[in-house]
Amino acid sequence: MDALTLATKPKSADIAIDNVALRYGKGDNAVLALDGISFHVVPNEFCVIVGPSGCGKSSLLYLIAGLEERTGGMISVGGKPVTEPGPDRGMVFQAYTLFPWLTVAQNVEYGPKRKSMPAAERRAIVEHFLHEVGLAKFANHYPSQLSGGMKQRVAIARALANDPQVLLMDEPFGALDSQTRHSMQKLLLRIWDHSKKTVLFVTHDIDEAILLADRVLVMSGRPGQIKKEIRVGFSRPRSMDLVMEPNFIAMKREILELLKNDEDEEH
Amino acid sequence: MTLAPNATSPISHIVTTSVDKNQPGRSAWKAVTTPFQAVSRPLSIALSVLVWGAVIGGWFALTYSGAVKEMFLPRPESVLFTTINMALDGSLWEHVLASVQVVLIGFVISSIVAVPLGLTMGTYRIVQAALDPLVNFIRYLPVTSFVPLFILWIGIGIEQRVAVIIFGIFFQQLVMIADSARSVQRDLVNAAYTLGTKRSDTVFHIVFPATLPNVLDVLRVTMGWAWTYLVVAELVAARSGLGYISLKAMRGFQVDVIFMAIAMIGILGLCTDQLFRGIRRLVAPWAN
Repeated sequence: MDALTLATKPKSADIAIDNVALRYGKGDNAVLALDGISFHVVPNEFCVIVGPSGCGKSSLLYLIAGLEERTGGMISVGGKPVTEPGPDRGMVFQAYTLFPWLTVAQNVEYGPKRKSMPAAERRAIVEHFLHEVGLAKFANHYPSQLSGGMKQRVAIARALANDPQVLLMDEPFGALDSQTRHSMQKLLLRIWDHSKKTVLFVTHDIDEAILLADRVLVMSGRPGQIKKEIRVGFSRPRSMDLVMEPNFIAMKREILELLKNDEDEEH
Repeated sequence: MTLAPNATSPISHIVTTSVDKNQPGRSAWKAVTTPFQAVSRPLSIALSVLVWGAVIGGWFALTYSGAVKEMFLPRPESVLFTTINMALDGSLWEHVLASVQVVLIGFVISSIVAVPLGLTMGTYRIVQAALDPLVNFIRYLPVTSFVPLFILWIGIGIEQRVAVIIFGIFFQQLVMIADSARSVQRDLVNAAYTLGTKRSDTVFHIVFPATLPNVLDVLRVTMGWAWTYLVVAELVAARSGLGYISLKAMRGFQVDVIFMAIAMIGILGLCTDQLFRGIRRLVAPWAN
């Protein structure tokens, strides 16, 4: 098996979340950020969590990544309980997290290098994924020379180059303008189609959620709970024009209503 | 290299359009009075030459007009001649070398310990908790008050002067380097974890490269302080060095020698400053 087939070989796992809770602080000052969260993401699935800001959806992603410690329940990825962060769970963050001291190519190479992969193999992987996100020409640029959209494309390439079993995405396009956001969504769907990784994607943008997802989990806040699970049956590949279809609009309305109820309860 | 548009470009754009409107006088004024607006290289060189010229011109004026006695303020050319004479007979180099040696030894010893310890202190809260109170106490103690103690403990050899420099800059370096390590973006570390970085490798793989430009700035700034403490050490106890010849010259009313020694320290400081800027450009090109 050569380097490229190794890198692109579909390898994805399921994510099992069982009765997960997250509590900040102690005693009377304790805040319950997440409560009784349970769901299961099957291998190769594109699952999107949508919810208002502050509902704990990002925290949930950090728990799965092992970057924060849950205070209750069980999380396992590929049957393995999550105890600490690891390269089996790739993550793309909302903030730009490219290493500014490394070039674009070196950023993508970072994960494979930690695994002590031979240089020739690493080069092939870097080339493949930079080509995949359309940034082959920018291999030797530093992150500070890139636009926001380009930075996130490199971040996706960097996460995938490490060949994780699941890809966690925390509002990765949140800081981008709407046009860039649309082209990023298309790009992500294409890459996902090639790699067939399990993706858990967090957003507050309902259009984005429906466009991308096989399944949308609607989350409410304080404490964060899964309110409803909606299967998105639209055929793939999906066009961005989908947003104007009556079925799409009906689904969007349903989610909006769910989130609106949540807001009313709060006031 | 193609650069992504940076934050200053909208401003330069506004200025360029106003130049196009055939109002050169007004727009030039507007350009130089716009906050953070870049000025052309010839203009900035001309300005620095002008300021230097004014200072040296003022010096000439004060001495030649007789407003200040030559015993207190030597004429510029006599400082120059003294410098040339001492350079020719070799005594200048002997003293410069003695001073440079002390500064470098003190600075290198201090930095070798302060950089890794500072990074560790900024990264690991437990190290910070242990060291912070002590370091912040010592940091405020005036170095000069320790000179008699150092003489008592280690005599008046080069070790004493090196000790003064180390004591003067080490704790400052430690605090500033720890601060820059602490300010490393958390999500950068988180991203590194999700890419397979071990916790024990975080300082070396993430904190160190991320803070490298800051660390070099800290070294550059503290190098300047090292020169200050050198003179303090040499004024009290030394048999060579620029501080020593200043003190000796004072006893003999050789004001020109004092001036020369001060100017030499300034020039040496400027050189080390430029050296550190060069190193920064070389090892952290991404931060420019």
